[in-house]
Amino acid sequence: MTVIDLESYEDALATYDPVMGLEVHVELGTKTKMFCGCSTELKQDANSQTCPVCLGLPGALPVVNEIGVESAIKIGLALNCEIAEWCRFARKNYFYPDMPKNFQTSQYDEPIAFNGYLDVQLEDGEIFRVQIERAHMEEDTGKSTHVGGATGRIHGASHSLLDYNRAGIPLIEIVTKPIEGAGARAPEVAKAYVAELRELIKALGVSEARMEMGQMRCDVNLSLRPHGTEKFGTRSETKNVNSLRSVERAARFEIQRHAAVLNSGGTIVQETRHFHEEDGSTTAGRIKDNAEDYRYFPEPDLVPVAPSRDWAEELRKGLPELPRLRRKRLKEEWGVNEHDMQSILNAGAVDLIVATTDAGAPSDQARKWWMGELARNANETGRSLDELPVTPAQVARVAELVASGDLNDKLARQVLEGVLAGEGDPDTVVEKRGLKVVSDEGALGTAVDEAIAANAAIADKIRGGKVAAAGALVGAVMKATRGQADAARVRELILEKLGVEG
Amino acid sequence: MPGITREEVAHLARLARLELKGEELEHFAGQLDDIIGAVARVSEVADQDVPPTSHPLPLTNVMRADEVRPSLTPEQALSGAPAQEQQRFKVPQILGED
Repeated sequence: MTVIDLESYEDALATYDPVMGLEVHVELGTKTKMFCGCSTELKQDANSQTCPVCLGLPGALPVVNEIGVESAIKIGLALNCEIAEWCRFARKNYFYPDMPKNFQTSQYDEPIAFNGYLDVQLEDGEIFRVQIERAHMEEDTGKSTHVGGATGRIHGASHSLLDYNRAGIPLIEIVTKPIEGAGARAPEVAKAYVAELRELIKALGVSEARMEMGQMRCDVNLSLRPHGTEKFGTRSETKNVNSLRSVERAARFEIQRHAAVLNSGGTIVQETRHFHEEDGSTTAGRIKDNAEDYRYFPEPDLVPVAPSRDWAEELRKGLPELPRLRRKRLKEEWGVNEHDMQSILNAGAVDLIVATTDAGAPSDQARKWWMGELARNANETGRSLDELPVTPAQVARVAELVASGDLNDKLARQVLEGVLAGEGDPDTVVEKRGLKVVSDEGALGTAVDEAIAANAAIADKIRGGKVAAAGALVGAVMKATRGQADAARVRELILEKLGVEG
Repeated sequence: MPGITREEVAHLARLARLELKGEELEHFAGQLDDIIGAVARVSEVADQDVPPTSHPLPLTNVMRADEVRPSLTPEQALSGAPAQEQQRFKVPQILGED
């Protein structure tokens, strides 16, 4: 392993201006593949979702998936792109066993969407506009397993095994124009762009865009040029950077690496690089000279796609509110600050809180449960919030039971615990576990009387005006009722019975 | 106007993973040149107003509903594979050691 020299980030930025290009692949959430009717369901038996079309058997004819095209247009529109009136698919020819056809069906010089932009918000609130070059339709490749080498790497493997279930799943590739002028904030812009794009894709409902599942993957192209110069430097392309944090780290690492090479009088080699999650470094992959020749030509088995203007306008009308504007609106409606809103977004709780308020809960209650008890549980069990077995409607019901005085916070937590443990709806859990606030004034009065009798000295202090001492008696009553009393009501009763003003 | 050079044929052969000997390169360069020359005559009659054709039928927007259709079984899918292992297509080494 060679040691990679890095310039300090500050020194790198003092001399050079970074230019980035980001390529994001999104796997669409269609039921079937892009050109055949095979299911796209994940984690199925190897090679159980293939057919003559996606295996590239002779004579098989592809037909494009209508929802695949529709999704591509939606993405294009949401990215403020122009939509092609007429475009074709093309064959990208290459020899690699991840595609049994020996080509990938893609689009070449006629992408379905082009010339757009996406405004992204940086952490200090600044808006940065990222220009979009194009978004085009293509298909995913099969999954390789390399056997016989160290730790499953392709290098040194004796042979490889191919599962083609993924081959043919619709992909949309979204390519930015060169991102200039971000300076030291380039890594932050890269991360914010991918994050905003992911939110947008999810809002459009065209993919779940789970990066950890490979449903969204990013390639980071980066080059440096000395300040005051126009011409782009030679770029490196870091492939398959698969988390938001990694996108930021990869860009930062490459800035430092490029600067060290250039400062020592070296030249950057145009190559692909692999990103390593463990330490945030990149290592050299394939050298990418311009001789790479995919011999693109129009796919003769598919007819052109010519989206009518009516179709595009109809889809435009159905576009959801942009995630960034929606977050701004919700932030104001909920009365939270930028930092809290960011935490809610990072926790993946925005939609869950909205759904909970839609189910009738006040927003502060919805936020409190999702960002408190439930976030803690998700964190402890290594799940995301939307993977928890609790619905927004159930959380809203818990909030309702608290508001009506049937539950206090402590009991509500136990109810949620029961729901998460699969004991049923909140009302069922309340019933089964017997978790009701003791609201029977008679029973509560008896408990208060007993507590006063058992703690005569404290009661005297309270009578003498030391109201703060009431806490001890409240505690005694709560203990006697096993936490099922409304503490505020207990305190009222104690003071009432002792003839003291609260 | 020469349609294709010997070097271009060698490049194409490499891309297509075809191993061609020197005399074969010469031979195919000549043949391909004839073919390209014949096809090039089309542009003599096709004026600027004739768009290039990539499909013989004047069709657009042939699409399929997003409905799952039965796939092959893994056994059927693998039935033509020269080698298989763990219900997967087995392929020879892709890259050697670094």
